[in-house]
Amino acid sequence: MINDPLWITFVKALLLCLVLLGAFAYMTVIERRLLGRFQHRYGPNRVGFRAALQPIADAIKTVFKEDLVVSGADKFVYFLAPAISITCALAAFGAIPAGPAGSLFGFNPWVMDLDIGVLYIFAVTGLGVYGIFLGGWAANSKYALMGSLRSSAQIISYELGLGLSVLAVLMVAGTLNLREIVEAGIWGVSPWLWPGLALAFASFAVSATAEINRSPFDLPEAEQELVAGYLTEYSSIKWALYQMAEYVNMMPSAALMSTLFPGGWKAPAFLDNLIPGMSEWPIIWLVAKMAIFMFTFIWLKATLPRLRYDQLMRFGWLRLFEVALLSALITGAVIVFVV
Amino acid sequence: MSVIDIAKGMGVTLGHLFKKPVTVSYPEQKVQLKARFRGRHHLLRHPDTGLEKCIGCSLCAAACPSYAIYVEAAENDPANPVSAGERYAKIYEINMLRCIFCGFCEEACPTGAVVLGHEFELADYRYQDFVYGKEDMLVGVKGSPWQRREAAAKGTEVVLGFEAEHRPELEGVDY
Repeated sequence: MINDPLWITFVKALLLCLVLLGAFAYMTVIERRLLGRFQHRYGPNRVGFRAALQPIADAIKTVFKEDLVVSGADKFVYFLAPAISITCALAAFGAIPAGPAGSLFGFNPWVMDLDIGVLYIFAVTGLGVYGIFLGGWAANSKYALMGSLRSSAQIISYELGLGLSVLAVLMVAGTLNLREIVEAGIWGVSPWLWPGLALAFASFAVSATAEINRSPFDLPEAEQELVAGYLTEYSSIKWALYQMAEYVNMMPSAALMSTLFPGGWKAPAFLDNLIPGMSEWPIIWLVAKMAIFMFTFIWLKATLPRLRYDQLMRFGWLRLFEVALLSALITGAVIVFVV
Repeated sequence: MSVIDIAKGMGVTLGHLFKKPVTVSYPEQKVQLKARFRGRHHLLRHPDTGLEKCIGCSLCAAACPSYAIYVEAAENDPANPVSAGERYAKIYEINMLRCIFCGFCEEACPTGAVVLGHEFELADYRYQDFVYGKEDMLVGVKGSPWQRREAAAKGTEVVLGFEAEHRPELEGVDY
């Protein structure tokens, strides 16, 4: 475990939170503009140059809305639930390495380098489920309760596929430490392993999309279904915190996808011929890969219709679970018998 | 939905990403309207004599499905005729908030006096400003009462936010 002194870790954690929240703000605009372009129209382009100030306008509007507390709501839990969601979403990014050790002006480009990195991220996103079902329960309303139950059932079902897909990578890399997984170099493994890993990647991508409640799995947000699910009785800042949690959750998912599979912060080695050390630049390559995955999230949202809840659960338990299990089995078999 | 179908769908949306959007950025770009677009009414005049075409027969008011038109006729003074027939419309009012822009009045008119033009920027603030009289609809009046009020207050000309194809029934109307 390579870690910086404690106070540097605090500074990096604070910086990371600020960066993630800023990124969330601009993700809302980028998503709306991209969705617009996918649908043959412009997205928002009035406030500021090409809607650069749109998040500020949205923030001002949200803050000025009436911040209600539903009567009969369990006040403590009602206030706590969105806080849990956003905290877990922000915390999940802590274990992800953004570059080789010592490359960020002499500091390490990660907040924490945990030996149980992958497990930590799954644990924290699992804690995020508390935010969802406590939110629905505390609102003291039928719609919210049903919505939150559906949402939590969806998330814990897809965690199954998520975990099994990661198993394939873990078998290849041999460690849970994210930094060592990236350094082990998924690109360089024997080609016999590629089918298993490709299958694992596919099932991981789909499970991650379902985990963060993203289209086509975003039934909790669909207004035709249960109004807005667990979000129904929330307004103003508390609702904004839930939206933040959803968008911010996209980022560790995309980051985890790029870290576990296509090689994290490493760039293809042939780029070292252009500028020496280019394949080892911190942050840039990770952000580029995350950008590709987030673009794909938005692309999926623009293309596919939502899955109905029973279709969603059936898909998670029957199809995805089998694919993920298959990928783990294939990878395991190849490692034992071939490589 | 198999993976192939999903991939094809995603290819379609990706293709749309690289096409130019169809949005017309309205105030900066002008809307392109077709010839028979039904907008604000115009009360036309005969091109040669300059007399009004409306003879106050009230067929438009009878045809209107929303009862939006009010017509009061009066005898033409032979010395100063207003219209080309025996009567003219002394009061001709259309309540634009009742009007549904169906064009039945235009179809019912025997002389082709009331014709629906292309103006659609008719928003205003008070209900009473929406009852358009003859002075708001006679040919030669450009823009809605709101547009004319704003232009007069600023000292500019009324700028219409659209470009329309030519329609021969709209005699004397040029945008």
